[in-house]
Amino acid sequence: MRVRRLRAGLKGWGGVGAMAVVLVLTAVFVLLPLARAGGTDQATGGVGGLAEGVRASAHACQDPEKRSLSPSGADGDTVKAIKSRAHPRLVIGVDQNSYRWGYRDPNRSGSSELEGFDIDLARRIAREILGDPDAVVFRAIPTNQRTEAIRSGRVDMVVRTMTITCDRLRQVAFSAPYFRTGQQVLAPRKSDITGYDDTLAHKRVCSATGSTALTQLTADRGSGRIPPSTDISVTVPNQLDCLVRLQLGQVDAVVTDGALAASQAAQDPTVELKGRRFTTEYYGVAMKKGADDLVRRVNRVLEDYRGDGWRASYDTWLSATLGEDPEPSRPPSPTYR
Amino acid sequence: MTTSSRQRGTAPPGPPTPLSAPASATAAPTAPRRTAFAEGFDRLRHAAGTEPGRLRLIGALLALLVLAFGAAGAWQMSDRATAADDVLHRSQPLSAGAAEIYRSLADANTAAAGGFLAGGQEPAAVRERYENDLETAATKLVTAAAAADPGSPAAATIAGLNRLLPQYEGLIERARANNRLGYPVGGAYLRAANAMMQDRMLPAAQDLYTKENQRLRADYADATPYPWLALALGVAALAALAWAQRRHYRRTNRVLNRGLVAATAASAAVLLWMTVGHTVARAGLDSSYEHGIRSLSVLHDARIASLNARGNENLTLVSRGAETKKLADGDIVDLYDYDFGQEMKALAAGLAHAETLADDSAGREPVRAATGNMKVWRERHTVAREADDAGDYQGALDKVIGGDGDKGAEPTGECFDSVDKNLGLAVDHEESEFHRAAAGGRDALGGLPAGAAVLAVLGAAGAVLGIGRRLSEYR
Repeated sequence: MRVRRLRAGLKGWGGVGAMAVVLVLTAVFVLLPLARAGGTDQATGGVGGLAEGVRASAHACQDPEKRSLSPSGADGDTVKAIKSRAHPRLVIGVDQNSYRWGYRDPNRSGSSELEGFDIDLARRIAREILGDPDAVVFRAIPTNQRTEAIRSGRVDMVVRTMTITCDRLRQVAFSAPYFRTGQQVLAPRKSDITGYDDTLAHKRVCSATGSTALTQLTADRGSGRIPPSTDISVTVPNQLDCLVRLQLGQVDAVVTDGALAASQAAQDPTVELKGRRFTTEYYGVAMKKGADDLVRRVNRVLEDYRGDGWRASYDTWLSATLGEDPEPSRPPSPTYR
Repeated sequence: MTTSSRQRGTAPPGPPTPLSAPASATAAPTAPRRTAFAEGFDRLRHAAGTEPGRLRLIGALLALLVLAFGAAGAWQMSDRATAADDVLHRSQPLSAGAAEIYRSLADANTAAAGGFLAGGQEPAAVRERYENDLETAATKLVTAAAAADPGSPAAATIAGLNRLLPQYEGLIERARANNRLGYPVGGAYLRAANAMMQDRMLPAAQDLYTKENQRLRADYADATPYPWLALALGVAALAALAWAQRRHYRRTNRVLNRGLVAATAASAAVLLWMTVGHTVARAGLDSSYEHGIRSLSVLHDARIASLNARGNENLTLVSRGAETKKLADGDIVDLYDYDFGQEMKALAAGLAHAETLADDSAGREPVRAATGNMKVWRERHTVAREADDAGDYQGALDKVIGGDGDKGAEPTGECFDSVDKNLGLAVDHEESEFHRAAAGGRDALGGLPAGAAVLAVLGAAGAVLGIGRRLSEYR
């Protein structure tokens, strides 16, 4: 019935175009496992990825945060490959621009190391997998290059305030969620913007290229949830560059994850969060598709971490910006597929 | 007579009319109305028929030729002298000033990035370097603005740079203030400032340098061509004088006419002076270009390459792998480290070229020293990259900007400073070479315009007097 409605709605060339798209998609999904079938070990991973991809696109995937693999402490091929490196180190993609998440405190004498909530987690993963919290090489990665960095193998994983979404699930694998947040509006205290609503009319809103914020803004402006006159054309490589634009008066508001918006507000007392979170999102550790053993291993680390470490790290880094109460940020107990 | 017949010819065909009263009225005043020119020509033709008349004519022509020679010489040589003086005192200093604007802007940006790497409170030396650089850039911009013609493209470029400079400083100060507070938004401001410098200011400075160099080349082109017109007139005047004397000899059997001999001597002196002076000047200017300007241009490019390499080395650590580049063979490399390699290649090529251009040991020595510094720089850079790739960021940082001083970290910054210092010495040497050669060339033209004019007047007077003496024999 749904199909009939769809066909009725599509007439003439629109219908032909849609059929062409369907044909291409079918061809891609059929040919993809063939291309991968060369390596016997990868074949299972490839099929798993295929099944996931088909499900994700067929049923407008619900709850992407509940789709990770069950935890396991066993070392598979991926983990063994990392351990057999000349210098066994995890190469982890992080941010160095997110205050209290991944950043460098310029006033810490004698140390130029990155620190923050994400960095604590990255070190914990290194400690549990390689036995040394310092067995990490940090690579700073711009927002829109996170999936590319994983797919090209430039990093083993990304721990960088990365939201688990259906779109991204098609390109990378995610761990279970380790943090709960949602999109929020940041604007100057004196601004008449009250939140993610009609007060954004004729305002210039900044977001990061490749961020969930930009996806949300684009969709909501099309659907009318925010006024069509909202100018969302200003995009930057990094959410923090939005604060620069805001301070220089080049934009009127910023939309980003509440957790990061709070970090921005903490760096400038003249701006504040406006309105409530208008989405619910979960951060996960992103890894290469098919690296199932690494995903399970990280999920085991996260199980341990939620019991011991998560709260301490929250208190150290985030209670000042997000509030004493960690409960709104605590991830739900994980559901695996 | 001709007038009336022509009038008749244009009349409509009809019965021949007798000479009417009005027709004769127009014809009557026409017959004696002859132009002054035609009259003079007739008188000349009449005079040329007699020897005194011919002599007068020859004397006038000789005087005119010698005067024309002197005037052309004075005019063409003063043009060249002015152009040579412009090379020395206007366009070369402006070209050097534009190079200095570029260098100081790039150096300020490098210092800012280095200061950021050093932490919240940047070292005093870095701050001082940044401020000196900006002061130099601002001062040189004022000089360049004063020399630019209003409304010219160079003036627009200078105005653009003058607008951007305070904006850039504003971004850097915001970066500093936030960095001191420990906020990462300081780093975001630094990136914004760097983007403004790389995308807008340095291209404008490069543009200005190109324009000032065009002006320099134009001044050279005005100063060095041979004064063909003056030379041709000089040869013509000498030939005419020789002919007049030969005629004089054949008619009178007298060998020497003092006036004509004086005129010949004066003309020959001017011609010789002009040829030798110009040749010497040209040689000096050519040498100042070959040994000064070309070396300076190569050294400038090498200095910029070393600055860019240093800036990229710093940015590799600032960005921590955030920017990548895909090579033709599919490899993905760090953008700034890749650019560092390219700039070091340019630096090596520039230094090798500068060494072949250097024509004495005083010019070669600093270039060789810089080449040595560059080799050490490369070695240390490799060590720093290995440390960073192995996860030892702090170790890499110590190898690039240096630790707390007494660690003996042997940072690459020392090598960069040495390269820059030695290139600065080489630039100073080549500038003095340029000045010596160009000033020598310009001085060879000194006095030539005035000398040519005075001697030509004397020569013309000699010719007139010489002919006058012969003429008096007919009275």
